Amino acid sequence: MFEKALTGSKKYWAWIIFLLVVIAVGFMAYLRQYNYGLGLTGMSRDVSWGLYIAQFTFLVGVAASAVMLVTPYYLHDFKKFGKMVILGEFLAISAVIMCILFIFVDVGQPMRILNVLLYPQLHSVMFYDMCVLVGYLVINFVVGWTTLGAERKGIPAPKWVRPIIILSIPWAFSIHTVTAFLYAGLPGRAFWMTAIMAARFLASAFAAGPSLLILLVLIVRKVSKFDADPPGVGAIQSLVKIIRYAMIANVFFYICEVFTAFYSNVPEEMAPFKYAFVGLDGHASLVPFMWTATILAFLGIALLVLPTRKNKVLLPIALLSVFFANWIDKGIVLIIAGFVPNSFGRVTEYFPTMNEISIVVGVYAIGILILTILYKVAVSVRTQNDQ
Amino acid sequence: MSINRRQFLRRAGMVTALGLGGSFVITGFRGKKVEAASEYETSKQGLKAKHWTMVVDMSKFKTEEDFKRVTESCVSIHNIPDFGNPKDEVKWIWKDDYEHTFSGGENEYLTEEFKKLPFTIMCNHCEHPPCVKACPTGATFKREDGIVAMDFHRCIGCRFCMGACPFGARSFNYRDPRPFIKKIDPDFPTRTPGVVEKCVFCVERLADGLMPACVEASNGGLIFGDLDDPNSEVRKIISTKYTIRRKVELGTQPSVYYLIGGGEHV
Repeated sequence: MFEKALTGSKKYWAWIIFLLVVIAVGFMAYLRQYNYGLGLTGMSRDVSWGLYIAQFTFLVGVAASAVMLVTPYYLHDFKKFGKMVILGEFLAISAVIMCILFIFVDVGQPMRILNVLLYPQLHSVMFYDMCVLVGYLVINFVVGWTTLGAERKGIPAPKWVRPIIILSIPWAFSIHTVTAFLYAGLPGRAFWMTAIMAARFLASAFAAGPSLLILLVLIVRKVSKFDADPPGVGAIQSLVKIIRYAMIANVFFYICEVFTAFYSNVPEEMAPFKYAFVGLDGHASLVPFMWTATILAFLGIALLVLPTRKNKVLLPIALLSVFFANWIDKGIVLIIAGFVPNSFGRVTEYFPTMNEISIVVGVYAIGILILTILYKVAVSVRTQNDQ
Repeated sequence: MSINRRQFLRRAGMVTALGLGGSFVITGFRGKKVEAASEYETSKQGLKAKHWTMVVDMSKFKTEEDFKRVTESCVSIHNIPDFGNPKDEVKWIWKDDYEHTFSGGENEYLTEEFKKLPFTIMCNHCEHPPCVKACPTGATFKREDGIVAMDFHRCIGCRFCMGACPFGARSFNYRDPRPFIKKIDPDFPTRTPGVVEKCVFCVERLADGLMPACVEASNGGLIFGDLDDPNSEVRKIISTKYTIRRKVELGTQPSVYYLIGGGEHV
């Protein structure tokens, strides 16, 4: 099937070449970082994780969100998602690969990364995170490739994939739960040590991931003859309902956090929220981001609750709002504010460097390239069968 | 003899499986050896304890010189670099003021003088170290004698331990430290970029029968011993005098105690 990715229009190739150029720039930046060390990033002794780990955390959510299509379609026989589910699985593949790459660019000694396998530590959450992520990648690849391959030949998917598909459902929950446990089990990081961290992660993932997926479906509709939600099916509007409730749950959970921190009046609990929303000790670099996220979150919910969700122009705006609200919350603020204030009650701010941002953009470009190729294959198989 | 495709594939598969299996057996043996070697050989003259503990007698730290002497003794033998900026800073033992060392217990009516009272800080060598739990490779590990040690050569630099440590005791080599070491001591490894490090209670000196360097340099300000031994000086101080520890509420059980009031020891 892969050969289908090797033939395409001029526009397709122009897009591929553009992505390759961005990847090359990111790769050069990574080589610089590799030679010098992580000192080329904005990370410091006090804020020892930055954009890389934040993107990793966010993308685990995007990967997990495929389950919002897989569960209704395979478990509840919800036929509307029939054409969309493969796009969700392929999005998950690309997202998990980006996750792994973000971990890779974040470690100080990448050549030793296999020590995690050579000396597995059963008490380290990171060991389990690696296991579930790699497992999820394999599951989605096997399921996506097999079902699409069967479809290409016009035969039903082989029976042995079904148990794997069912397995992918709890597995999707596990990847984001374990990722939340990376943070939620650390004493002394009040911003992270909260029992609803995993629930928050899942809620935000099931809002942001499907939002991105619908936006991708709209793009695929524009650039190809394939429509994952043909007129009369209403798959997108069904997914919108999921996004809406997930986002409402996410905001609700966040408000629970704010209540607990401020009503209890415990200083350590309040400090990171203060830092994110109003600034702490004169440091306020996250404040504009956090308020943008807040406004986008409420705007997104409003547009998805009201009949505006059916409007061709407003729907993408709503989805973009939900997506970026979650991206700011999880892909920037969550990690950085977790380190503020530091163990000594001092505020150290973090600003990513240009080199660091180039690497982040490069990794995203790799993810988009993989996604483009997978989608090209899926779309080619579909349009060929439709003819 | 000719073989068809199926036969060829089957044979190739068998050979591969054998090769992989064999290599696993070999790496398995090698793994055991490495594990055995990672435990320090306890030499005959080495100092032994069940729970190494440090008492910091703040009354003995009066002048800038008292702190400097202690820090310098550590820096010089552990090849600790000086980058000259707080972002990349690597430190094993240093000082901070009371207000920040014991942050969270703010008493706004304390005089400025009290708030600024300097305290000596190092890794707490917790009984339940969150950093050890977090480490995905076992590069940081707790020894039988309570010391939380580091294997600089196994560390992958993921910095999970830095997120896990509630005391800010860990430093990361954000760049090559070697050009920034004043004078390299060949008896202790220098570090590569990309690994985490921290105070290890001078495990290398204990193995040679010597007290930690900072203890020797402290003129009695730092008292080091076995908390498990009822007759040790640290045990007597901790059980009879007023000592405080950082962030006890987190349950990590730090092994560094700060003696308040000080004066004469037992």
